[in-house]
Amino acid sequence: MRYLPHTDVEVQQMLDQIGVSNIDELFSGIPEDCRLRRPLDLPDAKSESETMTLLRSLAEGNSKVSDWDSFLGGGAYNHFIPSVVDHLVSRSEFYTAYTPYQPEISQGTLQAIFEFQTMICQLTGMDVANASMYDGASACAEAVLLAIRAGKKRRKVLLSQALNPQYRETVSTYCQFLDIELVEIPLSTGATDHESLNNLLDDQTAAVVVGYPNYLGQIEDVAAIADVAHAAGSKLIVAVAEPLALALFKAPGELGADVVVGEGQSFGIPLSYGGPGIGFFAVKKKDMRGLPGRLVGETVDQDGKRGFVLTLATREQHIRREKATSNICSNQGMCTLMVGIYLALHGKQGLRQLAEINYAKAAYAREQIAGLEGYDITFDGESFNEFVVTCPGSVADLKTRLEEQGILAGISLGRDYQDLERGLLVCVTEQNSREQIDRLVTALAGGDV
Amino acid sequence: MISAEGRGLVLDEKLLFEQSREGRVGYSLAKLDVPVALPDGALCRDEITDFPELSEVDVIRHYTRLSTWNYGVDSGFYPLGSCTMKYNPKVNEAAARLPGFAEIHPQTPEALNQGALELMYTLQNNLAEVSGFQEVTLQPAAGAQGEFVGMLMIRAWHEARGQKRNKVIIPDTAHGTNPASAALCGYEVITVASDGVISKESIAAVMDDDVAALMVTNPNTLGLFESDIREICDLIHERGGLVYSDGANFNALMGVSRPGDIGIDVMHFNLHKTFSTPHGGGGPGAGPVGVVEELVPYLPKPVVVKDGDSYKLDYDRPNSIGRVKSFYGHFGILVRAYCYILSLGGEGLKRATELAVLNANYVRARLEGEYSLPYQQRSLHEVVFSESALANECHTLDVAKRLIDYGFHPPTIYFPLVVAGALMIEPTETESKQMIDDFCDALLAIAEEAKTAPEKLKMAPVRAKVKRLDEATAARKPKLRWEADR
Repeated sequence: MRYLPHTDVEVQQMLDQIGVSNIDELFSGIPEDCRLRRPLDLPDAKSESETMTLLRSLAEGNSKVSDWDSFLGGGAYNHFIPSVVDHLVSRSEFYTAYTPYQPEISQGTLQAIFEFQTMICQLTGMDVANASMYDGASACAEAVLLAIRAGKKRRKVLLSQALNPQYRETVSTYCQFLDIELVEIPLSTGATDHESLNNLLDDQTAAVVVGYPNYLGQIEDVAAIADVAHAAGSKLIVAVAEPLALALFKAPGELGADVVVGEGQSFGIPLSYGGPGIGFFAVKKKDMRGLPGRLVGETVDQDGKRGFVLTLATREQHIRREKATSNICSNQGMCTLMVGIYLALHGKQGLRQLAEINYAKAAYAREQIAGLEGYDITFDGESFNEFVVTCPGSVADLKTRLEEQGILAGISLGRDYQDLERGLLVCVTEQNSREQIDRLVTALAGGDV
Repeated sequence: MISAEGRGLVLDEKLLFEQSREGRVGYSLAKLDVPVALPDGALCRDEITDFPELSEVDVIRHYTRLSTWNYGVDSGFYPLGSCTMKYNPKVNEAAARLPGFAEIHPQTPEALNQGALELMYTLQNNLAEVSGFQEVTLQPAAGAQGEFVGMLMIRAWHEARGQKRNKVIIPDTAHGTNPASAALCGYEVITVASDGVISKESIAAVMDDDVAALMVTNPNTLGLFESDIREICDLIHERGGLVYSDGANFNALMGVSRPGDIGIDVMHFNLHKTFSTPHGGGGPGAGPVGVVEELVPYLPKPVVVKDGDSYKLDYDRPNSIGRVKSFYGHFGILVRAYCYILSLGGEGLKRATELAVLNANYVRARLEGEYSLPYQQRSLHEVVFSESALANECHTLDVAKRLIDYGFHPPTIYFPLVVAGALMIEPTETESKQMIDDFCDALLAIAEEAKTAPEKLKMAPVRAKVKRLDEATAARKPKLRWEADR
């Protein structure tokens, strides 16, 4: 086996040095009734070419977004990834290292994370960002736990119904045995209903959680929500599933958010069937010591030279054990690097222009669909690159019809929203050409494309 | 400022923000092919203050230089105990980048992604075979999230029986994630002391009707197989509890012992340890969880199932604990792990375990005379020394830093906590005898230096990018982001 360097002679020399006569003796610490005394029922080893042939055939059984006119979003976004990103993250000094426990030989990873933390702060308008969480949904759940810890005896959390349903489900999984009351805030025209929010807020509320943009693509009035949440003594958590929007719309930190979490997949990470992506997590200074996860900080070495280290570790599980702010250990190191490289390449101007392109493409699609007979744009409010279309008949039938024409039209909303049984969530990014959008419109209208 | 102060080619590199020049770009965007449209200006932000502006070449050089300050498995020996830093095969990387895996959207109808679902289904079954469990979920993002999922299932199982058990027993040798995961499920943690391995008696002394589970790492963080594990599992089960096993050290068991056969009810895998997926500078990992039949209804949803000739995601799981992340798991990591299993086959996995254990025992045999070994039992995939034999008040930290000067990544240090100044060495199976001999020679030379020239240890490292860093100040006056001088 090419990964196992031992020759028979070396194995024997090693056994001699250890003082045993065969390898099986090394396992004598395992009681006989705990041993497996049959071969594993798995296929025989394959050569590299056989392995790739098999995997290639599985890969060919899937549908790449590039083979379709794809308008799928809903928490995972199809954006172009410059070649530079994969080229750099393929440097194995990065990807074959682990968590930078030994800072003297991990300055590459540490500086890259420090830069990542800085760019997340700049984008979100917050003071401190950690070195990543697993994804947007679990980051959202950890944000709720931070608010509960900070809220002392407050045990109620209000979740906007327009928050991504998978985020809501994840929050509910995390909170199920912690005596936390989760209450949903109903919708009004595709966004969090402010009157209901007002009525639900009380002196037991630890946090209000809204999406920005929300799952239906709408830009919530975060400033107004922050005002009422703060007046009730609650924190406001803003969850961002499509962070490209933050290059165009006001930063949540500027609008009063106390915690900003989200999913960074849009920034240079392949779709890869939904994972790995990356969660980001940012707070204002006052909550710095309540953060979950790793943090990289700047310091100096014995010669006074700048260097970076993991810091504020007394929050973490390996020191604080059951009293830690989270159980998270490994996070998404590799993905912080992808995001950092992607953001550095696009920079101040590129990210804004890209966001404007996404906005304009979605606006065009929205306008074209609005002109179709039988179709409505469900909500009038401002949206980013996703919007909801009310279809004339069954969304499932429509999707199947369009699939036959090479179009993945969007996501049916009926399963998650009873009131939106005829709702289709359409996502348009810079990857969709005008021709693709026109084909979608023609196909929706019943024409052949 | 250009300076020649770096040693050799160990050059300095400014932060992205410090290199930024207004108007410089590193991207190319297609011309807008639809009419210009902009949102209401009142909703828009100003420019992102101080965001970098760099050319493509700037970015390439920046990250390339940063990479040269890192030490990975491809750079050399990385014996970080409990982390299983084995070689990360390149074919795994090629496989994960196949467009049919990397470019598939998770919201695509299941019928259109049958290859991905088949891969996941097969991987679930392969992991079940290696571990002896009934079913495996691939959803958890990392080992700690796997622990959390496992403990949630245990709690859900008890609650379904009307049991309000509120305690979990955890040995003092456990990883910190164990008590943290248990706490996240609302459990109170009962810590039991162990003497190398945990004894039946120590568990019996704390086991009662309030205990929901025992969380055990097997082999434990001293590299020792919990020899009473069967009896301990029986004892826990008799009193109505369940047993969780942390699979961080599963590299010691493939083809040798199956946790599901010996009384364990739930275990997580670390695919980035045992199954060769890269550690990525701290993730992403993947933490699949195997369960016995009793717990299958509680698995997180969706579950990948086979329905006739096709595969689908089953959401109709009324007793499921729910989901712990978006979509279905770290698919890109799952592809790599499956690629590894295909490459090694059943026999190869067992051989990997055997050689990992051989390597660890060889390290032990070579160093035992010079370094103090607090636990004498037969150890498996890793070996833990203490600092007690070091001369001239040299400590574990000094040995670790001096190893850097010798060109090796240090072992895990000061863990497990039960060993004073622990040096926890896990060589893994992918290291050759020559490499291990070089490493042991270095450690022996360092022990000698501690006697004759201890300042060499105290000053170390002198050949790295930076010298020892002031971690105390970093924590006292945290500077966690760059800010412009204004």
